[in-house]
Amino acid sequence: MKLTRRDAAAALAALGAGGAAVAVGHNSEDGRRSDDDLDEAAIRETMVAAAEVLYPDAVTGIDDFVTTFVDSRLTGETHAAGVADAVAAVNDRAESWYDDRFAALDADTRDSVLREMAADTAEPRREGSTAEEVRYYVVNELLLALYSSPTGGELVGIENPQGYAGGVDSYQRGPQA
Amino acid sequence: MSGRPPAEDIANSAGATDRTPVDDADVCIVGAGPAGALVADRLADAGHEVVVLEAGPRFDFDDRLARQEKAIRPTYSRPDVWDSDPERDAHSNSGEWFYPLNHARARGVGGSTLHWQGMVMRLHEADFNSASERGVGTDWPIDYSDLRPYYLAAERAIGVAGGDNPFAPPREEPRPMPAFEPSYSDSLFAEACDELEIAMHPVPNARNSEVYDGRSGCVGYGTCQPVCPSGAKYDGTVHIESAEEKGVTVIDRAAVQRLEHDADRITAATYATPEGEHRQEADTFVIAAGGVETPRLLLLSESEQYPEGLANSSGRVGQFFMDHLFAGMGGTLDEPTRQNHVGFLTSETHQFYDDADDEFAPFKLEFFNYAGPSPVEMALTGDDWGDDLLKRLQDGYGTHIAMGGLVEQLPREDSYIGLDESTTDNHGNPVPDVHWNVGDRALRTIERANEIQRSVLEELGVEIEWTAGPDSTGPAYHHMGTTRMSDDPADGVVDADCRTHDLDNCWIASSSVFPTSGAMNPTLTIAALALRVADTVDEAL
Repeated sequence: MKLTRRDAAAALAALGAGGAAVAVGHNSEDGRRSDDDLDEAAIRETMVAAAEVLYPDAVTGIDDFVTTFVDSRLTGETHAAGVADAVAAVNDRAESWYDDRFAALDADTRDSVLREMAADTAEPRREGSTAEEVRYYVVNELLLALYSSPTGGELVGIENPQGYAGGVDSYQRGPQA
Repeated sequence: MSGRPPAEDIANSAGATDRTPVDDADVCIVGAGPAGALVADRLADAGHEVVVLEAGPRFDFDDRLARQEKAIRPTYSRPDVWDSDPERDAHSNSGEWFYPLNHARARGVGGSTLHWQGMVMRLHEADFNSASERGVGTDWPIDYSDLRPYYLAAERAIGVAGGDNPFAPPREEPRPMPAFEPSYSDSLFAEACDELEIAMHPVPNARNSEVYDGRSGCVGYGTCQPVCPSGAKYDGTVHIESAEEKGVTVIDRAAVQRLEHDADRITAATYATPEGEHRQEADTFVIAAGGVETPRLLLLSESEQYPEGLANSSGRVGQFFMDHLFAGMGGTLDEPTRQNHVGFLTSETHQFYDDADDEFAPFKLEFFNYAGPSPVEMALTGDDWGDDLLKRLQDGYGTHIAMGGLVEQLPREDSYIGLDESTTDNHGNPVPDVHWNVGDRALRTIERANEIQRSVLEELGVEIEWTAGPDSTGPAYHHMGTTRMSDDPADGVVDADCRTHDLDNCWIASSSVFPTSGAMNPTLTIAALALRVADTVDEAL
C-alpha cells in the first residue's frame, strides 16, 4: 500500500521555503554529545533506511513520506537534537560493527543493528540509555508517523486512526462500505 | 500523518507577563476552569471589573497537536499531557479507596475541561430530591425548575450537540446543534437492544457537530480525552478568551495561598506567582477551584474566627466527597466493530435511571465507540516491527465492543477532602488528602448495571472478556460534594444561591456545591450553576 501525498500533506505544509538547514547540533547543557554535527541529509537518509525495516513490506512510497515527516519534525529544536543524537548512535553502531553507515547496509543487517542496540525491547525514553533514545526518536517516531496516517491505519483496518483528522463519517460506516 | 510539532518542543510561553493585582476589582474569581470562565464572562457582560486567579499555567492552543502526541506515545503518562507538576499537585490518599487525583484533573487555564470527555446531560428531576423521592441522601435546596433556564443557557454557551431522549427531564427548546449520527457499532447494539426492549438515544456532546460560535466542527482526531487539537470540543478557554476580550484580567500561575477575611467578608486573596507573592483585593469573591482545591483553600484559610477553616461553621467543608462509579463490560465479536475512529460516544440509555430508590442508585448506560486498543498506541509498544507488528495490530484490532455506565455515589461523612499536614506542596502548604469511600448502594447498583450490560452483550453474541464490577470499579473523575448546598447553615457550606452561609461576599461555583451527585456527568450542571451564580453576584453588586 502506497504512502501518498495525502499521508504527507499536513507535513508538507510545515516545510519552509528553500528547506533551510536546521540546527541539529547537540546541546551540551544536558551533558549530551555536542560534536557530532549531523546534517539534515544524514538524518533523512538514516530515518528512511530505518523505516524500510520498521514498516511492513506492503508499504511503498517510504522515501517521500519519511523525508516529509522528518523535515516537519526537525523544526522543533529539542526534538531535532534528540533525533540527531539517536541517529548518530545508530550510525556509530553500524560503523563500528559493520564498517559502514546504517543506510548503506542491507535491510537484514539494519534490522540486526537496531535489535543489537536493544531498540526493540527498550522502553521509549526521551532522556535515557542509548537504546531507549533510539526506541523513542527512531523506532517509535517512525511507527507513530505510519500508524497515525490514513494509509497506515488502512493496513490495520481503520481508515481514520487516532491522531489523524479523518472526519466524522468513517465511524458511521460498516466494514463493507 | 499530520505536520506534527514535536512533544518535546512545547514552549509554555503563553502565560501572563504581568501578574500584579488589579486595582478596584469588583470580583475576584479563584480558578479558570469552566465555572470560573463562565462567571467571569457573564460578569464582564454586566460591566464589572473582574480578575481571575489561576494556579496553573496558560496553555498555547498551537501546542495541542504536540500534546496529542503525548497522549498517544507510551513515554508520557496521562498527567504529563497537561504538564501536571508532581510538587504543585502533590496529594495524599488516606481512604479505603485509592483516588488517582492527578489523572482526574488538569490544572491551568481551562481546567479539567482541557482533558474531559465532553458529555453534557442535565440531571433528572428526582436527582434534586433524592431524600424525598428515593429515601436516601439529601434534597437540594433548589429544584430542576430553578435550574432549567440556566441549563438551556449553559447548553447555548458551551455549544451542545444532542437529540431527543425520552427519559430526560422536560426541556423547552432543542439543543443548539444536531446530534452526531449514530456509529456503526451503535447499529449492532440496536439489534440487541430492540430484542431486550432497551431504548437507545443520542448522547449530548459538548462537541461541535457543525461550526458553532466560531469554533470548528469535529474533525475526528480521536483523542478527545485528553486533548482536542481542533477546538471542536468545548473547554473553559473559550469563555476565558471571551471574558478577556471584554476586559477581564486572567492571571495564570497565580496560586491562591489564603483568603484573608474578617468575620463576615473576604478582604483579599494572597497568591504566589513565579515572580513573588501578591495580594488581590475585591468587593466579591467567587471560588471556582473544583471539588478538591475549593475545600482545600477554605481549610488553608483558617483563622481565629474560623478555626476549622473559612466558611466552615457547619463543619461540612471537605465532607461528602463523591464521584461517579464506572460500571463496564466488553469483549469481542466475530465481526468488525469499527472502533476508535472517534473519541466520543454517540448513544446511551437512561431507561433505568429513574428506577432508583433506597436500594439502587440511578445509573446510565453507554455504548462505546472506542472499545479495545487503538492501533497506533499498540504499535508503539511491543518488541516487534515490520510485518510481525502489522500482523499483531491486525489480530488485535477490529472486533472489540464494550458498554460503560456511571453510577451515583451517595454523600458520606467518611468520604472527604482533608489536609495532610505531613506533606506540603511547592509553596509549603499542606496537600489535599483524598479520603474516598463508597457505600453498598453504589456497589449493588454496579452489579445491576453489569447484569444489563451482560444481557445486551450476550444477546449480541459477544465473547465477554472483561468486567468493571464492584471489585474493579473506579472513579469517573467527577469531584463533587465538598462544600455542599443547603438551606440549613448547620448542614451546608453554601445556600441555595451558592453563597457561603458564613461570608456575605463569597460564592462558590463548582461541583463542590452538589448535595448529591446523580449519575450524570456534572459539567453541564456546573455550568448552569455558574451562570446562576453570575446572576446573583451581579444583583448583589
